[in-house]
Amino acid sequence: MNVLAIDSSNLVMGVAVTTEDKVLAELTTNSRKNHSERLMPAIAQMVEAAGLKPEDLDRIVVAEGPGSYTGLRIGVTVAKMIAWTRKKELVGVSSLEVVAQNGRGFAGYIAPFFDARRGQVFAGLYEEKEGEIIPAAADRLVMIKDWLPELRKCGRPVLFLSNDLEKWGKLIAEEAYATLGESTQNVPRAAELARIGLRKTPVSDIHHFLPMYLRLAEAEAKWLAKQGR
Amino acid sequence: MKIDVSKKTMILGIETSCDETAAAVVENGTVIRSNAVSSQIDIHRRFGGVVPEVASRHHVDQITVICEEALNQSGITWEDLDAIAVTQGPGLIGALLVGVNGAKALAYVHGLPLVPVHHITGHIYANRFVHELEFPLIALVVSGGHTELVSMKEHGSYEVIGTTRDDAAGEAFDKVARTLGLPYPGGPEIDRMAQGGRPSIDFPRAWLEEGSLDFSFSGLKSAVINYVHNEQQRGHELNSTDIAASFQESVSEVLVKKTMYAAKQMRARQILVAGGVSANSKVRSEMEKAARAQGIPLVIPPLSLCTDNAAMIAASGTIGFLKGARADLSLNGKASLAIEDF
Ligand SMILES: [Zn+2]
Repeated sequence: MNVLAIDSSNLVMGVAVTTEDKVLAELTTNSRKNHSERLMPAIAQMVEAAGLKPEDLDRIVVAEGPGSYTGLRIGVTVAKMIAWTRKKELVGVSSLEVVAQNGRGFAGYIAPFFDARRGQVFAGLYEEKEGEIIPAAADRLVMIKDWLPELRKCGRPVLFLSNDLEKWGKLIAEEAYATLGESTQNVPRAAELARIGLRKTPVSDIHHFLPMYLRLAEAEAKWLAKQGR
Repeated sequence: MKIDVSKKTMILGIETSCDETAAAVVENGTVIRSNAVSSQIDIHRRFGGVVPEVASRHHVDQITVICEEALNQSGITWEDLDAIAVTQGPGLIGALLVGVNGAKALAYVHGLPLVPVHHITGHIYANRFVHELEFPLIALVVSGGHTELVSMKEHGSYEVIGTTRDDAAGEAFDKVARTLGLPYPGGPEIDRMAQGGRPSIDFPRAWLEEGSLDFSFSGLKSAVINYVHNEQQRGHELNSTDIAASFQESVSEVLVKKTMYAAKQMRARQILVAGGVSANSKVRSEMEKAARAQGIPLVIPPLSLCTDNAAMIAASGTIGFLKGARADLSLNGKASLAIEDF
């Protein structure tokens, strides 16, 4: 099975083409965020580098979020379009789960997160069991000042993986249980995304597959608040 | 550059610049094979206007559904297509990106050329479904987002000769509607309300400098709002039907006179009106009267083609395709974009 993996959910843009047991091509950038311009050329380039044609792809795996709303929409739209028009399988994978793969071998919790502004983070909690990284809790949107004490209570070492450690690393390092990820561990790999996507069941309704925003649009939240809900 | 518009073409158009997700298949630039639109009006009504983030989210939900509908209704297959045309701008950037990236993915997977389209040229080319364009022509594009006079000497050549300096005409409709307590979108509501009123209130007309083809509607909008406040302060009961009729009269008089002035100056052989506001009955009837008096043929698209749709994008994209306009996979959406570059 040929897999195309797409991650444009955050600053990192990743594209990989793999089979079940081989990474054929992989590209990662971690600098500029013009994913709208660069994603499709990167996909074309990786598919070609893998020696394949678009029609040879069997499964499209996309990082579904959380992350930048615009970035998510770019990746999810492209993935949906390819899967729908070529009648291929589509799989969505948590963007945090992709980062968590880089904590393999760590004895304790793996806590990937993305900065979500206003003191909030998109946070995940994972752990290794029988060689696989599996979720220990659902991905969530949380204030970092609430998240750190909650993890403290778990009484286990926690490995923090994030491209946003520059912003939050100092605060996290004050926690005795905390270990900060190395630069190479903080960047999600599209080939890992493909590997996780191979284990999951494809979505049944490609048309209405949506990004995992984990947050309402502001106008929507305000409107609901006004309705007293 | 002369284009052979008689060439056989089959183009898929995609439009997501604001709050409609749309896809359509157009044959030879003039025949609508399918025209699928998913409107979000009901979703945005409770916010009193289009919320960009909400609109973008709905586009992702609708984009493949609408493309499938357009393909199925057209009775064609991917192999029958010559190109994919997509709105590159202007519009809401988050919304545009869904259409642009979706179109790029389709173009890549099916090995089809990709043609970028300027949204306003789409509105203009909606008229080609009604009548073949005759040059030189003057097009008035009026909607919630735009008020522009465009001059065309031939297919695919555009020059903006007048534009709004503040609000678009449709924006003024929405704001006046809100002042009168009418729901969003305001255009159709004002139109309905004006049917029962008389244009008895003398609201201002902004002509700007002598000979100017530009527009300004913020003064008119403020005048209506002030009038309503004064009446309310005096404890008078609002005669909303007269206010609506008077406001509409003021808007249409300025639109019609400036369009006619431009048409005479350019010796236009045709006048086109397009965009959501061209659905307004007063604008339509006044424009018809004035064009008849001047002896210049007038074309206005049917109501369904006045608002945003993808058939118009495919129609303009057909001309772009024949002109050789091509985008590569790095095509990006642009919130603002010059029509002259298309
Ligand atoms: Zn429009």
